[in-house]
Amino acid sequence: MQPLTHRGRLFACQSIRDVGDKMVLSLASAPAFIVERDETRCIACQVCVRQCANDVHYYDEVDGSVRSHDAQCVGCHRCVTLCPTHALTVRTNPLEFRPHANWTGEALRNIYKQAETGGMLLTGMGCDQPFRIYWDHMVLNASQVTNPSIDPMREPMELVTYLGAKPERLEFRPEMVSAGEDGERPSGSCMALTTEASPQLELQVPIMFSAMSYGSISLNAVLSLARAAEAAGTYYNTGEGGLHQALYPYGAHTIAQVASGRFGVHPQYLDTAAALEIKIGQGAKPGIGGHLPGEKVDLDVSRTRMIPAGSDALSPAPHHDIYSIEDLRQLIYALKEATGYRKPVSVKVAAVHNIAPIASGIVRAGADIVAIDGLRGGTGAAPTMIRNNVGIPIELALAAVDQRLREEGIRHRASLVVGGSVRNSADIVKAIALGADAVYIATSALVAMGCHLCQRCYTGKCNWGIATQDPYLTKRLNPDMGARRLTNLLRAWSLEIKEMMGGMGINSVESLRGNRDHLRGVGLNQVELDALGIKSAGF
Amino acid sequence: MENTRSVQTPALDQTPRIVIVGNSATAVGAVEALRKVDQSAEVTVISAEPHMIYSRPMLSHYLAGEIERPRLAYRGADFYARHNVRPVLDDAVVRIDPQAHSVTTASGQTFGWDKLLIATGGSPIIPPLPGLDVEGVYAFTRLDDALAILEYARKREARHAVVIGGGMIGIKATDALLKRGLRISMVELAPAILARSLDEVASRMMSNLLVDAGVEVLLENTVTEVRSSEGRLTGVVLRDGRQIACDLLVFGIGVRPNAGLAREAGLKVNQGIVVDHAMRTSHEGIYAAGDVAEAYDLVVDMNRIVAIWPNAYRQGATAGAHMVGVERVDPGGVAMNTVEVCGVPAISVGNGNAPEEGHQVLAECDERAHRYKRMVLRDGRLVGVILVGDINRAGVYTGLIRNRIDVSGCEDALLNERISLLSLPDQYRKHVVTGAGIEV
Amino acid sequence: MKRIVIHEEHCIGCRLCEVHCLVQHSRSRDIIKAFRTERDTVLPRVHVEESGPISFALQCRQCVEPVCIEACISGAMHRDEITGAVVCDEAKCVGCWMCIMVCPAGSIQQNMTGGGASGRHIASKCDLCYGAEVPACVANCPNEALTYEEVPEAAPQE
Repeated sequence: MQPLTHRGRLFACQSIRDVGDKMVLSLASAPAFIVERDETRCIACQVCVRQCANDVHYYDEVDGSVRSHDAQCVGCHRCVTLCPTHALTVRTNPLEFRPHANWTGEALRNIYKQAETGGMLLTGMGCDQPFRIYWDHMVLNASQVTNPSIDPMREPMELVTYLGAKPERLEFRPEMVSAGEDGERPSGSCMALTTEASPQLELQVPIMFSAMSYGSISLNAVLSLARAAEAAGTYYNTGEGGLHQALYPYGAHTIAQVASGRFGVHPQYLDTAAALEIKIGQGAKPGIGGHLPGEKVDLDVSRTRMIPAGSDALSPAPHHDIYSIEDLRQLIYALKEATGYRKPVSVKVAAVHNIAPIASGIVRAGADIVAIDGLRGGTGAAPTMIRNNVGIPIELALAAVDQRLREEGIRHRASLVVGGSVRNSADIVKAIALGADAVYIATSALVAMGCHLCQRCYTGKCNWGIATQDPYLTKRLNPDMGARRLTNLLRAWSLEIKEMMGGMGINSVESLRGNRDHLRGVGLNQVELDALGIKSAGF
Repeated sequence: MENTRSVQTPALDQTPRIVIVGNSATAVGAVEALRKVDQSAEVTVISAEPHMIYSRPMLSHYLAGEIERPRLAYRGADFYARHNVRPVLDDAVVRIDPQAHSVTTASGQTFGWDKLLIATGGSPIIPPLPGLDVEGVYAFTRLDDALAILEYARKREARHAVVIGGGMIGIKATDALLKRGLRISMVELAPAILARSLDEVASRMMSNLLVDAGVEVLLENTVTEVRSSEGRLTGVVLRDGRQIACDLLVFGIGVRPNAGLAREAGLKVNQGIVVDHAMRTSHEGIYAAGDVAEAYDLVVDMNRIVAIWPNAYRQGATAGAHMVGVERVDPGGVAMNTVEVCGVPAISVGNGNAPEEGHQVLAECDERAHRYKRMVLRDGRLVGVILVGDINRAGVYTGLIRNRIDVSGCEDALLNERISLLSLPDQYRKHVVTGAGIEV
Repeated sequence: MKRIVIHEEHCIGCRLCEVHCLVQHSRSRDIIKAFRTERDTVLPRVHVEESGPISFALQCRQCVEPVCIEACISGAMHRDEITGAVVCDEAKCVGCWMCIMVCPAGSIQQNMTGGGASGRHIASKCDLCYGAEVPACVANCPNEALTYEEVPEAAPQE
């Protein structure tokens, strides 16, 4: 078995080692993690050496042993997971600064890093700051004595959800029957529905995979999502990555995004998808655009996005044709026109301060679906300061929007989809009870595919083969396995949702939607309870 | 790759009778192949030798004392019974009658056949030297030879052997007797040992190994006279007049096809019995295979005798299948062999020793480490290879030769320490890995 | 019969197949002991071929008409009657290397460690982990780049 050095390619200027060569006295280079190798278990098989794209492990031919450069470890656990003798573990470096409540170790390290590089701090995945997680301060109800609970193992339990504008009212006319030579006459007994419904998306489970572009994640990752969406009867979202040729067969389960860069948008793209989504903003980085470094724009990505290979893919912060709700309406209707009013159009925004009126405007602009992405929503790359400090938690945004749309009497004109850290089936039940029609999941989906949240997506060296285009790494995600794991996750969550609904005596997700009476707050103050529109536990 | 397809056979009123003359690799190949598809044919194997099926190439290991006699068995003792074959051993076929569809044996038995397979192999070449009819002189191709040599060497405490022939048989006999602790003088007429398979460099390397092990290698020389006393061998006289005192003389020159019966029966015979791609001779219903047959060699693109074990088995299988109605075309053989001297293996496949003129030759040599590689290409295709020392990837080269793969552009990879299938044309790799079809 | 199917596009070159093959064919069948005390006497029978980002684990392809059986002079190389797999009877093998000379996949190798049943030089090849429901390389591939499937015998080529 030969030692193998990974063909390490360094992206951007974010690698500590990148500057370490020049900067002998790098204050930022203290290892974040310590790799512990149990020498009594290590068999020097070098699987860790071959698997680490950060070149942490290396084989020393002199004494035939394997050692580590701890400073390069990002804590992704690839080596730990694959080590056949479980000889490895990775710990947080216990190095401690003199305690200071204000000047924490992280604050200091960030300054060292920026003093050395002069660059913005970059990161990946969602906000990792300890903001209150409102999901964890809400509890669900269950039936006891006065109303019966339902056993989902024995009785039907409906999770099918339709996304799209619902009609104001239903109109009927008498059904006509043939009356010989006289033509037709009313049957007298039957009525026929005359109201035509807007286009709808049918979801077998109220869970969709939210936007992750091909480019930011590997084709195998997108394929996993697409196949799982097909298998589970739901949808995945292209993000701004366009639609790779290999994804066209999954068109009926694709939501195609139209974002500020307009990458990969062409008639076939719009026609193939089941629904379209105009992306205004993203929870991880509201108000700023996207930047896919040229290194990640290989031939396939370039073809799919319709940009030159090797060029940076820059998504502007705003859509340069949208400066008002009226402009948004123009784009919504342009897309509806282009697709013959056959596909629902969604508008995705980040959860920000005035989210309720913004959502109202979006509904009035003609969107069939409003997607809101909260503070903790993930990303492949964002400035750390933006990710950690801009936007509001999705729970509060959702409550505010649902409340506002109801008050304005336009809740039925659009479906509400929320994302931004939905971690489990209970979060979903709570989101629906707060007023959501369905949820978007992305981080959970990545975790299902292997992600360990090392937050280094932006380096392009994802050891799990997800957030990378490096052919050495993308192979690590077998799309059959990815799809199977995602399908399993959706199945498991569906079972749990049904169980929780049954407990509440509810047999259809329709009856759960906006049913805030099934929620109670725990450990929340009155302002928060009011914002969420729920009672405190005990009431 | 073999082409196997079932074809309609004319319904026979009776169970077909198949007679196989010979009892070695070819016979086994034929029986195993025909029994795969046919359980009814009446099969008779007739052999001049009294032994159960044994492996001739294993004789050198037996002679060397590396294995016990039972391990010479090429197939289990129940081989005939399990395959429903009637063995007729220790009874040589003396006549083939193609008109009467019968063979007659030395003991006077006559066997009728509907299909006949001649797999009589070859006989050792013994030059007509004066004084050969003494104790201590042996050939080395059959079990009886090996048994006799061992018996003699034990009884007479033989110390010094002269081996005539520096080809495969001679070398194997030499290596085996070395392991028995004998002093050996090897006499070869050609200017190099193993000259038919190896080039000059590889031959020299093997020769040096022999010399280092104490073997006296006498090239461009031959035995002209055998000396004896009281009916026992005492020495030989060489062409150059040298005399060597010895108490054992082994002929390892080579074999000559036993094609006499076929010639007498009127079949077409050149060096060996001429056969087509299905091992059919010039006479309907008669097949020939193995060391007696002159079959297609795909490297030289002509029919010739390639007397090696794998060819014998495969040709036997082709004939066997064909005799019971499976149309199977033999893709042709490739000359190849492996020999080991003092623990250093050497392999030659195809025209490994072809001259540089008219060929592209790639070679790499480390004589000290006993490592050598020589690749011979013609029109972008590998036609021969010689490996000494590191032989673990030999089959990959053989595959390229057999499948006539165009390796233009991959030449550099051929000399890699461990040739990777990934350095060969994609389609060929997929063919090897998946068994998928191939267009070359 | 079941065969090991190679999925080149999913092989990540980790070589866990080699590790587990070695363990499976060690005496102790204990991964740490196999590597620490038996490393010199046991060989993996699967090998990862690698070139740039492309890699795949290759072991005996279980040919329909195995040339190694044709070439074997000792009768060691044979088709197992129960499993149908082409296997080498290490007690019979004399290490003549004829099989190595003819195997087009190069998936037989010299075992010079004396670790064979007879303590001699023998040919070493995949035995589909004799008797196992799933061979060790397949069971331990983290990315399903090897699967164990019933594969119909190759259709005759026209």
